[in-house]
Amino acid sequence: MTDAATIQPPRSQWADVWSQFRSHKGAMLGLFVLSLLVAFVFIGPLIWRVDPTYVNPDAAKMIMSRNKPPTLDHPLGTDQLGRDMLARMMSGGRVSLAVGTVAMVLSMVIGSFVGLMAGFYRRLDGPLMRLTDMFLALPLLPLLLVLMMLFRDALASSLGPEAGTFLLIVMAIGVTSWMHAARIVRGQVLAIKEREFVLAARSIGVPSRRIILRHIMPNVISSVMVAATLGIAGAIITESVLSFLGLGFPPDFPTWGRLLYDGVEYMQLYPSRVVFPGLAISLTVLSVNYIGDGLRDALDPRIRGR
Amino acid sequence: MLTYTIRRLLLAIPTLLLISLVIFLLVDLAPGSPMSEIPLTVPPEVRLKMIQAMGADQPVFVRYLLWLKQFFIVEPSYIIDGWFGTNLGGDQQRILSWQSRAPVFDVIGQRLPQTLTVVGTAYLVGILIALPIGIYSAYRQYSWFDQLGTFFAMVGYSVPTFFTGVLFIVIFSVNLHWFPSIYDTTLKVTDWASFWKQVHQMALPVMVLALFNAAEISRYTRSSMLENLGQDYARTARAKGMSERTVVLKHVLRNSMIPVVTIIALGMPAVFGGAIITEQVFKVNGIGAALIGAIHANDLPMVQTLTFIFAVLIVLFNLIADILYGILDPRIRYD
Amino acid sequence: MILRSALLGAAAVSALASAAFAERGADGNVNVLYWQAPSILNPYLSSGTKDVEASSLILEGMAGFNEKGEVIPRLAESIPTVENGGVSADLTQITWKLKPGLLWSDGTPVTSADAKFTYEYCTAPDGGCAQAARYEGIKSIETPDAQTVVITFEAPKPNPYQAFVGGTSPILQAAQFKDCMGAKAPECTKQNFGPIGTGPFMVTDFKVNDVVTLAANPNYRDPAKPAFATMTLKGGGDAQAAARAVMETGEFDYAWNTQINPEMQTQMAAGGKGVFVNGFGTLVERIEMNMTDPDPALPEGERSTTKHPHPILSDAKVRQALSMAIDRQTLVDVGYGTAGRPTCNLVPAPELYASDNTGCLTQDMEGAKKLLDEAGWKVGADGIREKDGKKLKLLYQTSVNPVRQDFQALVKGWWNELGVEVELKQVDASVFFGGDPGSPDTFQKFYADVEMYANNFDGTDPEPYLAQYLCDKIPGPENQWQGENINRFCDPAYDALVKEMAATADLAKRGELAKKMNDMLTKDSFTVVALVDRGRLSAASNTLGGVVLNTWDTELWNAQDWYRVK
Repeated sequence: MTDAATIQPPRSQWADVWSQFRSHKGAMLGLFVLSLLVAFVFIGPLIWRVDPTYVNPDAAKMIMSRNKPPTLDHPLGTDQLGRDMLARMMSGGRVSLAVGTVAMVLSMVIGSFVGLMAGFYRRLDGPLMRLTDMFLALPLLPLLLVLMMLFRDALASSLGPEAGTFLLIVMAIGVTSWMHAARIVRGQVLAIKEREFVLAARSIGVPSRRIILRHIMPNVISSVMVAATLGIAGAIITESVLSFLGLGFPPDFPTWGRLLYDGVEYMQLYPSRVVFPGLAISLTVLSVNYIGDGLRDALDPRIRGR
Repeated sequence: MLTYTIRRLLLAIPTLLLISLVIFLLVDLAPGSPMSEIPLTVPPEVRLKMIQAMGADQPVFVRYLLWLKQFFIVEPSYIIDGWFGTNLGGDQQRILSWQSRAPVFDVIGQRLPQTLTVVGTAYLVGILIALPIGIYSAYRQYSWFDQLGTFFAMVGYSVPTFFTGVLFIVIFSVNLHWFPSIYDTTLKVTDWASFWKQVHQMALPVMVLALFNAAEISRYTRSSMLENLGQDYARTARAKGMSERTVVLKHVLRNSMIPVVTIIALGMPAVFGGAIITEQVFKVNGIGAALIGAIHANDLPMVQTLTFIFAVLIVLFNLIADILYGILDPRIRYD
Repeated sequence: MILRSALLGAAAVSALASAAFAERGADGNVNVLYWQAPSILNPYLSSGTKDVEASSLILEGMAGFNEKGEVIPRLAESIPTVENGGVSADLTQITWKLKPGLLWSDGTPVTSADAKFTYEYCTAPDGGCAQAARYEGIKSIETPDAQTVVITFEAPKPNPYQAFVGGTSPILQAAQFKDCMGAKAPECTKQNFGPIGTGPFMVTDFKVNDVVTLAANPNYRDPAKPAFATMTLKGGGDAQAAARAVMETGEFDYAWNTQINPEMQTQMAAGGKGVFVNGFGTLVERIEMNMTDPDPALPEGERSTTKHPHPILSDAKVRQALSMAIDRQTLVDVGYGTAGRPTCNLVPAPELYASDNTGCLTQDMEGAKKLLDEAGWKVGADGIREKDGKKLKLLYQTSVNPVRQDFQALVKGWWNELGVEVELKQVDASVFFGGDPGSPDTFQKFYADVEMYANNFDGTDPEPYLAQYLCDKIPGPENQWQGENINRFCDPAYDALVKEMAATADLAKRGELAKKMNDMLTKDSFTVVALVDRGRLSAASNTLGGVVLNTWDTELWNAQDWYRVK
């Protein structure tokens, strides 16, 4: 678009997609909110320099500063140990957003790949779907316990405790949540590959790889989008459950899911303890959902043309 | 289709055996021991004796083979004995839970009713809410109804049940006193009064679960409907002068059902499996609560049997989904 | 609490005045909530406290403990002592006499043969009896007549009130369990789920890990009791939900172990539907110091073993400094409220055995810093102390539990202030306490520098508890990590004291020895850093009378005296 002034080149596909995306009000709003959230968790701590895990060592002061309502010193109040909630929301959000996004991408990549392969190649269908059945059947908790036991120390020693835990959690969530996406994608691929346009492509000798990428992928993308938005929420919540079970980050390491979990106990006394993390998770999921909607519309040439 | 089904059913046997072995090894490998809930005041020698009495110190493969025998030979013969009054089981050892020393199948039998009523109803309610919402929001994309539906669905999905459950209890039980917070599993429905009581105690857990289920299903319905509403065949059908109703509810809906069927089929085993958190919050004490309790107590026979039954259900429902694909879209063929 | 005492006073008066008019079963149904649901009603095969407590409604022993920790007769006519001749002067024999005319709930008479059978049942090989320790050291049990049980011990037993005393070792009916000996024990589901007993209630229906339905025992020895015709004992949920069901919604009459944070306690108590009852026993939340090196760089099998002493914590000054930096009162205020009190002792009760050690109760940050300076740990550039190039860094692990995580955060704050770097770790309770030798995260393996949990002892005699710190009870690969000496503490002088106590019968002398051992572990060496003496906290509805919380026996010990306040 930079050289639009000189000659009018044919608009590229991506420019088209972007202009369509921009006309989608919900998607733009979602993008705006998500950027705000990202800025809040990544730039926020540079401005609000309070240690989220700081507990006042002076016992008397600590007791005084517990469970404070929002004030200027603590815009979101403090928790049961007098830790600043704003700082905790920021540092918690960084982990939650990162875990949510990476785990979601991982599970979508595995899920779509397995689904596409199983749906498209009849030979692979049986083995891959039985594998999916097996993963669906595995009890999640013992699986995670075993994963943690086998890999935690190895990863922590090679990558450091924090990066190691992050990788392990992301892997654990990704590995245990791709099956729904795989089944959905496969179901759709089974139907789409019998459609006329795929048969046409096949009959003129288009290689399978291109058929999958050009003809089948775009048609399953909307379901993948839905799975992805739901996946982010799922990953954030699963992380909180993992931490709660002692399988996640160290106990003083806040995440949104964990803040929400801890807050439930104090729900009646200090509603703000659940409202803020709950709101943050919901806003993330809602904005990702609208962005997903917009992207899907923008990527669909039939809609784009309208 | 029939040969395909038969072949799949036959193939399911080795698959399930393999799954059962993997589950067994996994549960066995997981850290923890059945002694975790025994008070620390019990000395180690006594703990060792207790483990020996459970047979938990036997090698893995010995226990696995014993479990296979108990699951596939002893338990079915007990069931047959129960039906026909025969004595095939004799005094053969059934699968005993380490935690309660009761036959695992008796425990499952005790727990299935409440799980089926609560989780099953919730699932049904969820589907019944989700389908119309999904269809209508796709048909009127970006209308206020669609926006509202999207909003509630996403909030419903992003707020976990451990939160909504407690929230509903605080609002409806503590403050309004409308519904009980504890599910009474001994209640028997015999007349209108007890039926009303049952509806009352089911209300909260069903609400929580249905909200969660409806959110997921409605999203998939909506997106799949949207995809198909723009297809050529929908335009053709309209051009032929068919009524909107027929176009949407017959042609488009039918073609949009594949992801929806997949998701519903994936959720069905969970109806038997129960809902771990919701069951715990409302003290429904169904299969979900039994599973999580058994996992925490490292009750291997219980965990193994329950997860294996889920595995059977998962394989079964995924097969049903595959057959339904063929019915919904006759072009899909597996042979 | 004032209201509660008033009610109790009234209960005592009315019990005296109207015992003759009270009628069994007049008060209808009582609802009890155990958030950990009972999974079996035979305490000899139990998998936890919940099972023992639930079965104590049905099964009874010769004697039990009251809320003051005194032994009180149940099926026995009186408590045998040396003075009344029931216990032989050389402490090798105890003679129990059954009350006359006792009946099982099925109407058959209770005889001494049942007691003897119970002993045989629990000591049968392959039975896996969970309470086998209660019958240890018994040479033989004689039944000279139908009412008399004579227990002969292998060696003098200073504390003979173990077998048949308390909720953990009740008497089973021989007729019912005769086919359930040894390896057959777990297969007797019908018996294990519906034992015939002498207690105030009998089982009518049992749903595993869910609900026990009970009815008043028609043959209970006091014809006027229990006041309730039926009892429902429901399980499931968590402590907070249980407290809520009694204190806020009023659906239940009694909830067990409602350990919730102090603010919730205050808020729920304000609901006015019930009260929290609490009492203190011997449960102490403590930080255990690892005397051996848990360094992951060591080869497997040598981590946390006596081969390598701890590079930092072997110095008593460091351990003392760490203890001095802790403000125990704050821990109580944050985590337990009325259900806890600060303590410095490993054995906080009974009075006879409790040391007067209170030196740790005031926090002394400056003193702690000075001690660390003296020990050679100097504050480095980044605020972390170091010595010979080694940083003062500790890994602090505990089980998953909201209160423990708050404690971790608080203690970390105080230790950071000292210049100690602290890494926190939490482990799922079923793994932490599971004792699986294959897992690196059990509290016995202790692959951390310090760890926190709670422990107590059964009954009122701390001897076996203190004997856990013997040198030869150190867990290690050679005993599959099954020792009880978690700290790897080893002191020949201490071992000698344990031996001396085992041979001492005089109570005053035993008390002295126990205090000495307690002090050696706590204030002299700071091997065990006691934090909080944790009481039991349960919730009782205002409409339920007669509740007396007992920390020495099961909580349902006096369910026969419960009644409906009208």
